[in-house]
Amino acid sequence: MQAYLVRRLLESALILLGITLVTFILLYLVPADPARQIAGRSATAETVQNIRDQLGLNDPFFVQYWRYLTSLLQGDMGRSYLQRAEVSELIAARLPASLLLMVAAIVTELILGLTIGIVAALRRNRPADHGLMIFSFVSISAPQFVIGILLLYVFAVQLGWFPIGGYGTFAHIVLPAITLGFLGAGWYSRMMRSSMIDVLGQDFVRTAHAKGLGKARIVLRHVIPNAILPIIAMIGIDIGLFMSGIVVVESVFGWPGIGQLAWQAIQRVDIPVIMGVTMVSATAIVLGNLLADLVAPLIDPRIKTK
Amino acid sequence: MKKLLMTGVAGLALTAHMGAAQVNEDAAMGGSMIVTYKDDVATLDPAIGYDWQNWSMIKSLFDGLMDYEPGTTTLRNELASEYTISEVGTVHTFKLKDGITFHNGREITAEDVKYSLERTTNPETRSPGAGFFGMIEGFDSWNAGEGDGLSGVKVIDDKTVEITLSRPDATFGHVMALNFASIVPKEAVEASGEDFGREPVGSGAFKLAEWSPGQRVVFERFEDYHRENLPKLDQITFEIGLEPTVALLRLQQGQADIPGDGIPPAQFLQVMGDPAQSENVIEGGQLHTGYITLNTQMAPFDNVDVRKAVNMAINKDRIVKIINGRAVPANQPLPPTMPGYADDYEGYAYDPAKAQEMLAEAGFPDGFKTELFVMNVDPNPRIAQAIQQDLKEIGITAEIRSLAQANVIAAGGEADQAPMIWSGGMAWIADFPDPSNFYGPILGCSGAVQGGWNWAWYCNEDLDARAAEADAMTGEENAQARLDAWRQIYLDVMADAPWVPVFNEQRFTLTSDAIGGDDSLFVDPVHIPVHYDYVYSKDAQ
Repeated sequence: MQAYLVRRLLESALILLGITLVTFILLYLVPADPARQIAGRSATAETVQNIRDQLGLNDPFFVQYWRYLTSLLQGDMGRSYLQRAEVSELIAARLPASLLLMVAAIVTELILGLTIGIVAALRRNRPADHGLMIFSFVSISAPQFVIGILLLYVFAVQLGWFPIGGYGTFAHIVLPAITLGFLGAGWYSRMMRSSMIDVLGQDFVRTAHAKGLGKARIVLRHVIPNAILPIIAMIGIDIGLFMSGIVVVESVFGWPGIGQLAWQAIQRVDIPVIMGVTMVSATAIVLGNLLADLVAPLIDPRIKTK
Repeated sequence: MKKLLMTGVAGLALTAHMGAAQVNEDAAMGGSMIVTYKDDVATLDPAIGYDWQNWSMIKSLFDGLMDYEPGTTTLRNELASEYTISEVGTVHTFKLKDGITFHNGREITAEDVKYSLERTTNPETRSPGAGFFGMIEGFDSWNAGEGDGLSGVKVIDDKTVEITLSRPDATFGHVMALNFASIVPKEAVEASGEDFGREPVGSGAFKLAEWSPGQRVVFERFEDYHRENLPKLDQITFEIGLEPTVALLRLQQGQADIPGDGIPPAQFLQVMGDPAQSENVIEGGQLHTGYITLNTQMAPFDNVDVRKAVNMAINKDRIVKIINGRAVPANQPLPPTMPGYADDYEGYAYDPAKAQEMLAEAGFPDGFKTELFVMNVDPNPRIAQAIQQDLKEIGITAEIRSLAQANVIAAGGEADQAPMIWSGGMAWIADFPDPSNFYGPILGCSGAVQGGWNWAWYCNEDLDARAAEADAMTGEENAQARLDAWRQIYLDVMADAPWVPVFNEQRFTLTSDAIGGDDSLFVDPVHIPVHYDYVYSKDAQ
């Protein structure tokens, strides 16, 4: 187990190193010149050149990359070109909000997805099942922007149950968490449904019926605990999905997370911020996957770590 | 009633009409307002902030020696009590008002003026505004990182500063009214270092009370502000991170007062069609021109007749309709609200038949193929399609290259990349209300360089010389002659047709019922979206 863990951690570090290189190359190849974004439209060519010099943008690619990598390893992500603030501070100020939203979304998608999956499996091929599966299909395919605006309009504007965007109280988090969790709820309901149907057809369930156990007891004690295992392992992988959804959801609800920060940085070619946000999200995704792989054998001994 | 202000009025007449008298300076103080924005505030450092969102926020936090009468383009003294210009126009002497202090309580002295100007022009500050101060003596060496300051800026005594220019320049008063010329306290800048933009200390009507990244920025009244009875509001809260659509919902629910990003295009007709809401919309001109650049150094646009033909081929009324009438068709580089605008100029009227004829005479009876670069954010691709169709009418096949803003700017800055660019989303908005501001970087030879903003790569040395002459005409007595000179320069630019001026965007500022003030404050040419210092709370009255 220990050797496995060390190997996986090394692999993760290599993946992250690869991501820094690829992102750096992509940003290097973008024709837009960050020095010109900083210099503004009234700047002379000399001013732009001077800014390029100061930022080290005239150095060869590998010199720039090496400089970035060595500072990164010392925990220095540099300063934003446009806001001039430390990138680490900008991210630190926003990361808690994003994490909070992510946790709330995971709770939402699990509650919604598992419930729907269980009900659908128990009512297999009946109208309730069809209805719920259509719902899950819609939730997988509907654009998050549209869902967000729709929820805002109905529950915040018309009914006035929740605030119209913003951050601070429990009421603020409900709508964004539902919007973000909606997509995952669709996936989970489908997975839970098929997993339940699998388990329902197993011999031990038939045995339980034969023993004369009550239906509720069979489902609660025997079927759900067995069906839920493969789902739990999926949560780690979800983090990648959330990272992309969070940009949209945060912008609809005015949620002060890193998605919002990333969006603005991309608009303005603020390379240190783009690199910083990419690194933080990549780390979260890599850790999420690692966690999923480590947790799976713990909850289901049939899965072995290799 | 929708209120219409400042459209189609010649600049000079405009400034005369709109004196400060219209602004109710006696309105009672108190109350607060909420302004919403989608993007976080980039910085509040006056030497660095250069987007339309932080521009007017910085104006309320900081003061320069000069400023404008609220709601107008008329210069007035701000921190200066006296401003005198020498006979030859090169020595500008400012006397500071007595007893004015920074937010930290320290009195402002002439040393602060010198420090602030040197900070902006110091290459290490990397200020996007440094170039505006090129006329100050000693700028070139200081901005190149040599010497120990601007030799042209001399502190005479505690309250007097004398600025010597290397050439007479009529725009210098405007330059001193730019945010980049704001006076900052050295001790606060040095204490904060690169974080001064997050911890700004100025002498403006408001001071920063709170900044929660991605959530809100709060301004609070500065009690010792140097103007009596101002600002009107006790507090302004900028709520950050709200999509314009969501901001509008908030406003409709009474939870916001001004949507800083404006009325979202998709809801524009709905808002204007609802009398309760359109009553609170104030329309005004903007120092903005949207144009198509025709690269004069790339064939076939190196042929002036081709450029003229393209000018006649574009149906500007239709383009204005595409954006729901939120603009007025343009026929020259200057917008109608800019002093120097030529009211009687007719431009190239829409006439596709004649355009086709001209194109044939120029040697392209079957048209040609070209590319039209455009920023990939709505409505610009739709506008590009309209332009594409218009060009098709006269036989020109234009392929649309829809790219991210920074990439279009990069292509425009290369001599041989972009034959045509639709400027939408990147168009010129004046830095200050003077006709010269529409020339140098976008139409002058100095901008037609790699990485420049003169995307038509138009360079007419005769016009450059005349522009320099016009800017040397200092003094009140020459003001009219100078405006006439500039008017003629832009008409001569149009004779060469490096651009197709398409429209001038109009501003439509929506407010809640709770905020009051003269209409001009809501479409102030310098303060966008509103003049924060002067608008008042109706509840406080």
